[in-house]
Amino acid sequence: MKPLLACLLLFLTWLPSLSIAEEDVRAGALLEALDVRSFADKGEAISELAISEDPRTRYWLNALLDGSLQRTHEGRFVVVLNNRGRSWPVEDALTQEDLGEISRRELNRISINNSLRNQIRSLIAVADLYSEDLSLRRASAERLVGEVDEALAEFLAEHIEQETDRRVQQRLSLALAIYQLEQGELDAVAELHGSLNTDARIALSRAAAQEENPLLAQEAQAALSAIEQRLKMNRTAETLYFGLSMGSVLVLAAIGLAITFGVMGVINMAHGELIMLGAYTTWAMQQLLPGQPGLALLLSIPAGFMVSGLVGIAMERGVIQFLKGRPLETLLATFGISLMLQQLVRTVISPQNRTVVTPEWMSGSLVVNDALSLTLNRLYIMAFALLVFMALIYILRRTRLGLEVRAVTQNRAMARSMGIKATRVDMMTFGLGSGVAGLAGVALSQLTNVGPNLGQAYIIDSFMVVVFGGVGNLWGTLVAGMSLGIINQVIEPWAGAVVAKILVLVFIILFIQKRPRGLFPQKGRAAGD
Amino acid sequence: MKRLNQLKKLAVTTSLGTALTLATLGSSQAFAQDPIRVGVLHSLSGTMAISETVLKDTIEMLVEQQNAQGGLLGRELEAVVVDPASNWPLFAERARELLDQHEVDVVFGNWTSVSRKAVLPVFEELNGLLFYPVQYEGEESSKNVFYTGAAPNQQAIPAVNYLHEQVGIERWVLAGTDYVYPRTTNRILASYLQEEFGVAEDDIMINYTPFGHSDWQNIVAEIRRFGSQGKKTAVVSTINGDANVPFYRELGNQGIDAADIPVVAFSVGEQELSGIDTGPLVGHLAAWNYFMSVDTDANYDFIDAWIDYTGDEEAVTNDPMEAHYIGFNMWKEAVRKAGTTDVDEVRDAIYGVTVPNLTGGYAVMMPNHHITKPVLIGEIQNNGQFDVVWETPGTVAGDAWSDFLPGSRDLVSDWRAPMSCGNYNVKTGRCGGSRAAEEAAEALGE
Repeated sequence: MKPLLACLLLFLTWLPSLSIAEEDVRAGALLEALDVRSFADKGEAISELAISEDPRTRYWLNALLDGSLQRTHEGRFVVVLNNRGRSWPVEDALTQEDLGEISRRELNRISINNSLRNQIRSLIAVADLYSEDLSLRRASAERLVGEVDEALAEFLAEHIEQETDRRVQQRLSLALAIYQLEQGELDAVAELHGSLNTDARIALSRAAAQEENPLLAQEAQAALSAIEQRLKMNRTAETLYFGLSMGSVLVLAAIGLAITFGVMGVINMAHGELIMLGAYTTWAMQQLLPGQPGLALLLSIPAGFMVSGLVGIAMERGVIQFLKGRPLETLLATFGISLMLQQLVRTVISPQNRTVVTPEWMSGSLVVNDALSLTLNRLYIMAFALLVFMALIYILRRTRLGLEVRAVTQNRAMARSMGIKATRVDMMTFGLGSGVAGLAGVALSQLTNVGPNLGQAYIIDSFMVVVFGGVGNLWGTLVAGMSLGIINQVIEPWAGAVVAKILVLVFIILFIQKRPRGLFPQKGRAAGD
Repeated sequence: MKRLNQLKKLAVTTSLGTALTLATLGSSQAFAQDPIRVGVLHSLSGTMAISETVLKDTIEMLVEQQNAQGGLLGRELEAVVVDPASNWPLFAERARELLDQHEVDVVFGNWTSVSRKAVLPVFEELNGLLFYPVQYEGEESSKNVFYTGAAPNQQAIPAVNYLHEQVGIERWVLAGTDYVYPRTTNRILASYLQEEFGVAEDDIMINYTPFGHSDWQNIVAEIRRFGSQGKKTAVVSTINGDANVPFYRELGNQGIDAADIPVVAFSVGEQELSGIDTGPLVGHLAAWNYFMSVDTDANYDFIDAWIDYTGDEEAVTNDPMEAHYIGFNMWKEAVRKAGTTDVDEVRDAIYGVTVPNLTGGYAVMMPNHHITKPVLIGEIQNNGQFDVVWETPGTVAGDAWSDFLPGSRDLVSDWRAPMSCGNYNVKTGRCGGSRAAEEAAEALGE
């Protein structure tokens, strides 16, 4: 496709000069040429379209790109405005006149494949270098790295001078240098020195492997070694990030349990389902506020806390308080509740997974450099996990409720004789732990499937983290979650996901054999049994 | 320490509790003798419910349509639905219940290969008839099972051919869920790539993940690194079930564009995509024998009927639904031809039965219990649909035994008399006979 970019120089200078009628005849023919079976012919037609001076070219290319350029059975070219349902609203591709709704049976898509999509995107990127919008120019420059051919190289060499933004300039120089290196220019190596860009690295390794120009090969090899070194560092940073992000998910899932199981000693098998309810709350919120997934997600944070917290309180009042001191019965009863909650969701909502939309600001990634980018959804969840953790520490250490909770769990009889309503504290504590599970659900809805089985996937992990960290210790949960996450992500690349999970489990079993009370065992009277 | 002991009991109680709830689900009562009974053996709860529930609905819709046209052989059709709840051993129990207690004349069911392996001995013992609608790994041919989904030569092999010849792929990632279908398919593919295209071992990366895997960041990063070594790379995905949603989301977030590293999936259809925003996935591929976007009148009629039946304007159709549509019509034709629902007579009558598929062609039942299918490669669009970019010129007949596995390439399957064998070895001239019981035990890990 590279030679095609040569045609662009014409396309860039289009002027709306001809009369509308003449334009339409010509435009009709241009579009006609797109409706062919062979993708190679279609590629030709697209270049033809690109060099035409029609002002609507951009509009057609965009329509072609997102699949909305279609043809009715009568042969009229239309642009589909919305392709949901059985009839679609369309407008005329030539006049942009509104044609109402047409049944999808009547429409044939002008289909494109990946290589044509690439071609169109590059065409648009070159045109966008002239855009007023800086972010568009930056994206275009980014896109052209590795796509430069002879004609474009000439054009870029001149264009870089006109460009005012430094980042666009840098990107374009990089793109140009890669092309120059492919042509065997020694100077280009210096430009690529230290670049983490994939195309640059590939060009360098090709240059290093060729034999016609030993000097170039030598230079390229030197640059390449420096790059490899930097890549290694980035890779370590990346693994660390993956570990921390997985760890923060584990911490979020486990922290509610660290309160109900760790602090209160209730084995709550329905903990996973409380997480699930939080995730479903997010879904429900998004249903209530269609078109505003971000706002709905933010509102789900208090809502998820409330829903799971209230269900938790109901469980505590209805069942758990009567089973105090009978752990086996508590376990069975909460397990029953977990099955009931799952079945409830299956019957009332659906046995199938629900779609939770990720808001725009949580998609994509934060680019640190060419080799390292941090996915935004996980970055937010990491921050959220830390926030929840801090809030809990604050509540337990600095508030009246926290004081009472600690008093009741350490010595119930004494606390009661001091005038603390132990049953009320039990209820509030369990509600707090459950509410935090709901918060975990809100976060997890952004990472995993929201379905009736969501909770089951996290219950074992949660118990694992709490036990590993040391029952009754919130800091232990944090450290345990994070270290399990990192261990898992370090093992995964060489052992595979399945084996990594097994190894982590084996590691925990061995660890618990050695230190039955976990990483941070409770000391003194609080240690209980 | 006490709490730890309590934890150890969890495992026991978990399985006990599951068994209890399952026992209360999904049993149906006996019916009068008159109607023809059509058994439906699909999970309506558990992990596979996401995919299997619609297949149950499909059969119910087809039964309803047939009854509206006056039934079959002058008798009414009646769907008997049971719920094996994504629990593999329970599939065998439910199958026995269908055949023994409800005395169904035919069964449409199963999704995962392990569940199919589990019911095989039951169908062979009680001489039942099973229509299995999902693409699978092959290496099996049972007298009592008709495979209306794709065998590897009707999906996997044409897909890698397309990638190699049309897209110029030189480096391959074979990623799958950790169970029998992906493992066998990837074994066939690895051997095919090395033998046919001379792909070096270094250029193939194989990766397995558990069912329902959700933390894809590391694997996706590894794919990205593997794919940025200067050779055009593609991912061949046999990832199954809802693990696909976080997988594709991670691909989108890490900015892996289909133009750089295309992912071709064998288990992702319209149903699975209805759970995600497909904007970042445009251009990734799937290989199937049917897409909802196929532009034929038969398909539009089927979609309209489906939307009316479900009452959901956004309802989607997919490949296994088409397989059930074909299987149901083939069985119907065979019953008509035989004039009875007797299993042996229907089986003899069904070979060569030809019915229209939904993509504008015809499906023929072959003597090896597989059918002929066109192979389509589609690219994901922004509305969760696929746009066909390539298709085989004609239909391809399903091959029970792969030509690319040692041991398997000498076997042929022909259930017509006089051969009447599912695994006849052309070298030794012997019929291997049924291994259903051992295979089931193996698949269930007993």
